Amino acid sequence: MTRLGHDPPSAGPRRQAVVAATAREWARVVASGSFAQMSAKDLEGHLRALATTLVDAVLSEPFLARPARDVGAALVAAHFTGSETISRTLETFDDRLLRALSIDTEKYRRRLARANGALAAGYADALRERALSEHEAILRAALRAREDAEQALRASQARFHAVFRDGATAIAIGDIDGRVLDVNPALTDMLGYSAGELRGQRVADFVHPEDVGDMWERIASLIHGNHEHIRMEKRFIRRDGGVVWGRVALSLVRDDEGTPSYLVAMGDDITERRHLQVSLQRQALHDALTRLPNRAQLMARLADAFDSATDGDRVGLCLIDLDGCHAVNDSLGRDVGDRLLVAVADRLSRCVSGPGQMLARVGGDEFGVVVTRTTGSTEVIEIAEHMLAALDTPFSLERHQLSISASIGVTERPVLGTSATDLLTSAAVALEWAKAAGTGRWQLFEEDRADGQPSRFALSSTMSTAMLYDEFFVVYQPVISLDDGAVIGAEALVRWHHPQFGVLRPGRFITVADETGLIVPLGRWVLERACREAKRWSTRSARPPIVSVNLTLRQCHERDFVHDVTRALADSGLPADRLQFEITERAAMTATQEPLDVLRQLRQMGVRIALDDFGTGHSNLAYLRRLPLTDLKLAGAFVEGLRFGADPVGEQMVASVIALAHTLDLTVTAEGIETARQAQTLRELGCDRAQGHLLSRPGSADRVQNLAVSPERWLPGDVG
Amino acid sequence: MERPDWAPSGIDLDRPSAARVYDYYLGGSHNFAADRAMAERAMQILPELPAIMRANRAFLGRAVRYLAASGITQFIDLGSGIPTVGNVHEVAQEHEAGARVVYVDHDPVAVIHTKSLMDGDPLTTVIEADLREPAEVLEHPELRRLIDLEQPVAVLMVAVLHFVADDDDPAGIVARYREAMAPGSHLVISHGTADNRPEQGARMEALYARSPTPLVPRSGEQVAGLLAGLQIVDPGVVHLPSWRPDGPATDGTPASGYATYAAVARV
Repeated sequence: MTRLGHDPPSAGPRRQAVVAATAREWARVVASGSFAQMSAKDLEGHLRALATTLVDAVLSEPFLARPARDVGAALVAAHFTGSETISRTLETFDDRLLRALSIDTEKYRRRLARANGALAAGYADALRERALSEHEAILRAALRAREDAEQALRASQARFHAVFRDGATAIAIGDIDGRVLDVNPALTDMLGYSAGELRGQRVADFVHPEDVGDMWERIASLIHGNHEHIRMEKRFIRRDGGVVWGRVALSLVRDDEGTPSYLVAMGDDITERRHLQVSLQRQALHDALTRLPNRAQLMARLADAFDSATDGDRVGLCLIDLDGCHAVNDSLGRDVGDRLLVAVADRLSRCVSGPGQMLARVGGDEFGVVVTRTTGSTEVIEIAEHMLAALDTPFSLERHQLSISASIGVTERPVLGTSATDLLTSAAVALEWAKAAGTGRWQLFEEDRADGQPSRFALSSTMSTAMLYDEFFVVYQPVISLDDGAVIGAEALVRWHHPQFGVLRPGRFITVADETGLIVPLGRWVLERACREAKRWSTRSARPPIVSVNLTLRQCHERDFVHDVTRALADSGLPADRLQFEITERAAMTATQEPLDVLRQLRQMGVRIALDDFGTGHSNLAYLRRLPLTDLKLAGAFVEGLRFGADPVGEQMVASVIALAHTLDLTVTAEGIETARQAQTLRELGCDRAQGHLLSRPGSADRVQNLAVSPERWLPGDVG
Repeated sequence: MERPDWAPSGIDLDRPSAARVYDYYLGGSHNFAADRAMAERAMQILPELPAIMRANRAFLGRAVRYLAASGITQFIDLGSGIPTVGNVHEVAQEHEAGARVVYVDHDPVAVIHTKSLMDGDPLTTVIEADLREPAEVLEHPELRRLIDLEQPVAVLMVAVLHFVADDDDPAGIVARYREAMAPGSHLVISHGTADNRPEQGARMEALYARSPTPLVPRSGEQVAGLLAGLQIVDPGVVHLPSWRPDGPATDGTPASGYATYAAVARV
């Protein structure tokens, strides 16, 4: 039984000292096991307060367990939650405390035990409460985080779904064997198969067999982790058999452990881009007009044939040159000429449809056919014959019936031991032979015949050195007056004394010179020489012979041409009115403004200008007025009919032309005079001058001088 | 492999989280079975771990008090983890009521929990970011809302750099932060080490290697290297309890037994 108001056995300063010592000890044993964010001093003060509460509770009358319980909870609140806290606390508050307070009696021992029990219970409850609330808090955070993550995942899935469902990119998701698990509409559109049809298939199996290449090796290397992803451009076969180009990126998706789990293929339909690319390539390798392969592609094909040749392979080449295209261009215009070329190309291509055969347009009106893996020349000749036959039927274009013919050079031989250049040269030589033999023929290249026959190639490759070695020389064909038989001029004609092929006439090499540009130095050389030699000519009369030099358009385009002429005249001392240039009717008709201006300048200097070969070029007669002409030279063919007389229509035509020329104040010279009858008739028709074999073959400058001084009696009844 | 922002990571409570394991060491209950299992295994290797973590937490408190006393009022706590007693803002605001604190962690659970505790406090905030992306952290609008980088700031990297692999270039990362900090700013680091206890260090490394946050203990020299070019505040790079202790050691454990270096450096 206790009494209220009875003084506690220990009170006052002593009690406080005991409590303080106990709190110090208490702080020492619990602090190291817990993390309470307070300084050592604060800690001790805090624990002293708790210890005071506890001691007060033990001593209070009646005994109250509640404060001890609160002390337990306060320990937790101050974060004294180390695992040793409670046991060390109970050890601190034991019998020693009762003895120090001099209340070590059964009563207080029981009270202290109850107080300690209450403290432990309060501590446990508070700790449990704290653990539960902390756990609840972290769990709530975890659930929130998971919810956020799932929401983000759903949003991500929705985004993926939008990309997958509605995107333009074709997507296939497959297992690591490449078997389709799912495809999107862009892919089913691209390949034309339904998703159901594609599931279980391998997308790679839809790749065009020619495009498979090392695809499988690359996919294997992706799965082995050598690459993050691979990209490729492949053709795919659609369900309808069509072909679609795809640019595909293939990626490997791994699971959290890094094990490959899915293959994802994403692709774009790049068919249009590829087509554009192909058409750009076509432009580089094709002729825009006929859409045939061009020269570059023909050369590439030849190079291919040589690169990939194996022993025993043979190769053939045809070169086709069309005759008559110029005439069509000149008379009916470029448009019709172009359409004719297209029509010709179309017919030729029908003859060249076999495997290993390729038709190309290699020049203006030149075509080439490469035939690889031939069995012999017959095969190539057959193609040539087919092509000639195909051109037999006239072409109907714009109400015109146009006939065109061609010459074909053919060569065929084993690939080994020859080269693409050799093959081209041989075909070119054979083409020359075919042309020489008359139009509408093919000619097979024969090694034996080739010796001594110059090909264009052989000529063009030796021409520049020929200039150096003085292989060119000039001969002069006299022109006589039909009035009195006097030599009033001479046409300068260039000859080439070729070390291999002998003396060549201009007809053989002028075209080549023009094409290679060598015509410019050659023309300059002829001009200088002709002026120099003509200067020496003199006659008894007051008019020494003029010298007539042929001119090509290419020369007129040369910037310094007028200057060259001025200098040639100045250097030689030849008066300008004793120099005449001859330009062919065909050249004059196709000349642009620039060469015509050159001709006008020359004319203003006093130089004479003759229109050569008149009557062969479908001339528009009205055009003559616009040219700065002084002379008209009738083509040999024009006067051919007059050779033996009895050609009233021919005579009438010549008479009309002469009359027209005279109206335009032009002197008329007839070329190709072979018979006295021709000369007589022409004189009667009013023709002014003549040249031809009847009168004199071309000869040296000295011979012209001799003839000029003492003319031969050329014409019957000539007054000489 | 890089994960784009919009592709969420999963929340897997069956995998331990460094933040929750740390909470367990400190006697907290903000953790799950996987965290506790991880912590118990670690404590089998290094029974002192709870003591080390308490010492680390005490160092954080002393460092923040030191900086607050030096006039720093802005704090960025990188790898803040689960808030527990003695949070940076509590300590800082004891000294200066207006101190501003930004907590940064990449553990979404820790971030959400922190957010719920800080809710309504205008002077503190928490952002979810990876400290290995200094630009991402420093340009985060929520950070910029509270922190003026033109003024001195304290950047805390307490017990976190040992989770940054060498491949991620920890020195480079520290340098990126340093470059963004105004003169007078401070860097606070504590970093686990295997100096003096290589055998336990290796076992700890092996244990953490299987966790989402592998551990890279570094030598005292390496830790000092992370602060190269900075003015290291006295007493320099020392073991945790030796950094400006505010009272006598409470037990007899030698300072080096705490296996963690601590330092404060001035920009």
